[in-house]
Amino acid sequence: MHSTRSVITFVLIMTLLVALALAGMYSGLKPIHKKNEALYSKKATLSAISAHLPTQPSAMAEDEVISLFNNKIEQKVLNMKGQEVDASVVESAGYPGGKAENIDMAKEVKKPLDEQLLPLYVYNKDNGEKLYILYVRGKGLWDEIWGCVALEGDLNTIAGVAFDHKAETPGLGAEIKDNKSWYSQFTGKKIYDGDTFKSVYVRKGGAKDDVYEVDGISGATITADGVTEMLERGLEYYEPYLKSVKS
Amino acid sequence: MADVKVAEKSGITFGKKERKLLTDPLSDNNPITVQVLGICSALAVTTGMKNAAVMAVAVVFVAVLSNFFTSLLRNSIPKQVRMIVQLVIIATLVTIVELTLKAVDFESYKQLSVFIGLIITNCIIMGRLEAFALANKPYESILDGIGNGVGYGIILLIVAFFREFFGKGEIFGFKIIGPTNEFLLDTTTSTWMGWYASNNLMVLFPSAMFVIGILIWVHRAWKPHLVDIS
Repeated sequence: MHSTRSVITFVLIMTLLVALALAGMYSGLKPIHKKNEALYSKKATLSAISAHLPTQPSAMAEDEVISLFNNKIEQKVLNMKGQEVDASVVESAGYPGGKAENIDMAKEVKKPLDEQLLPLYVYNKDNGEKLYILYVRGKGLWDEIWGCVALEGDLNTIAGVAFDHKAETPGLGAEIKDNKSWYSQFTGKKIYDGDTFKSVYVRKGGAKDDVYEVDGISGATITADGVTEMLERGLEYYEPYLKSVKS
Repeated sequence: MADVKVAEKSGITFGKKERKLLTDPLSDNNPITVQVLGICSALAVTTGMKNAAVMAVAVVFVAVLSNFFTSLLRNSIPKQVRMIVQLVIIATLVTIVELTLKAVDFESYKQLSVFIGLIITNCIIMGRLEAFALANKPYESILDGIGNGVGYGIILLIVAFFREFFGKGEIFGFKIIGPTNEFLLDTTTSTWMGWYASNNLMVLFPSAMFVIGILIWVHRAWKPHLVDIS
């Protein structure tokens, strides 16, 4: 048997060594982690407009993604009144860099409603048309879900969507991200009826309307309802801006 | 559980005993199909072969190094806190795996998410430390770690093969069968066995239970001496 003293010494020395090694490794790899995270979220943004890109975002190299962002995409940040805000406002909200890509939506949705910032990307197509990419965030069955919704230049027709989730069940709720034939249903749907905002409804049992509804996912009713709620609330945040662009 | 004490020999040799350490866990003493350990992660990460492969590599790494370090320290670890010390060793190695994967392959990291961290609670690894590494020399412990890690990985890949093939019609993410035109090799074809509609049940957790159950059955039918007489 070891004495209590030697047990404590052993554990202390061991913990110290392990903590030092891990802390060193963590801070050493942090720049790479940050770079990977930024690239991942850029690719997620692009996958909402993948139908309009020459290559699939998942197959793109890093410099390809970055040059797309630098040359073809304008980044804007809006406040809840639909006005564009300066980089300084974004920086003072706690996002160094001051661009739309620096905004952490998970933090934004926890703020009071009128203080939230909305990122917006405008993709300039070669033929002069524009695509608008909006961000939405809501709740699925287990945890948060979020997504990018791309609108055509008429600010009404959906050009593509890309959803993601934190912890939905694979094969059920996770289908919102994985099942291409499900989420491509959104392409071509409309969010306005004339001037009235309608959003897109995920209908359990099958869409009853060609323009404003898509089919639900069997076994994932709550996640699908979460998508409906997220789109309706999230897209409405952008309404003041969309109106000001249209007029 | 095999609580073997390998005869103390001087030097590093590779004889019959050492070979047995490597090959035994592959079949006769397989951690999943014979000892029925590590089932939780075998259910969770076998939806695709890529995930299973990454997980297998991670587990081999952790099993080998935790066995090695525990064996190295086996005479100085205070008996009263040996479980805690083992846990610290495993947790450290798993964190190293997690940080490395996050830097090297961010997409796999995103997909495996919590399951990499859950290697800490994988019964196979803690079981090998308790049953083997605490009583054997570092060299033998490394071999035992490789054997058990690979034995676990093989089953993981077999289960993932059936689940991905029948659940999504894909192998390693490449389309093999089903009505589509996204095939890797032959993009002019619009259907390979187009009548086969992917069975979504295979992607869900219960199917892993069926596949593992059938594997255990096949394994014991092939090697009847593994059947418990009790």
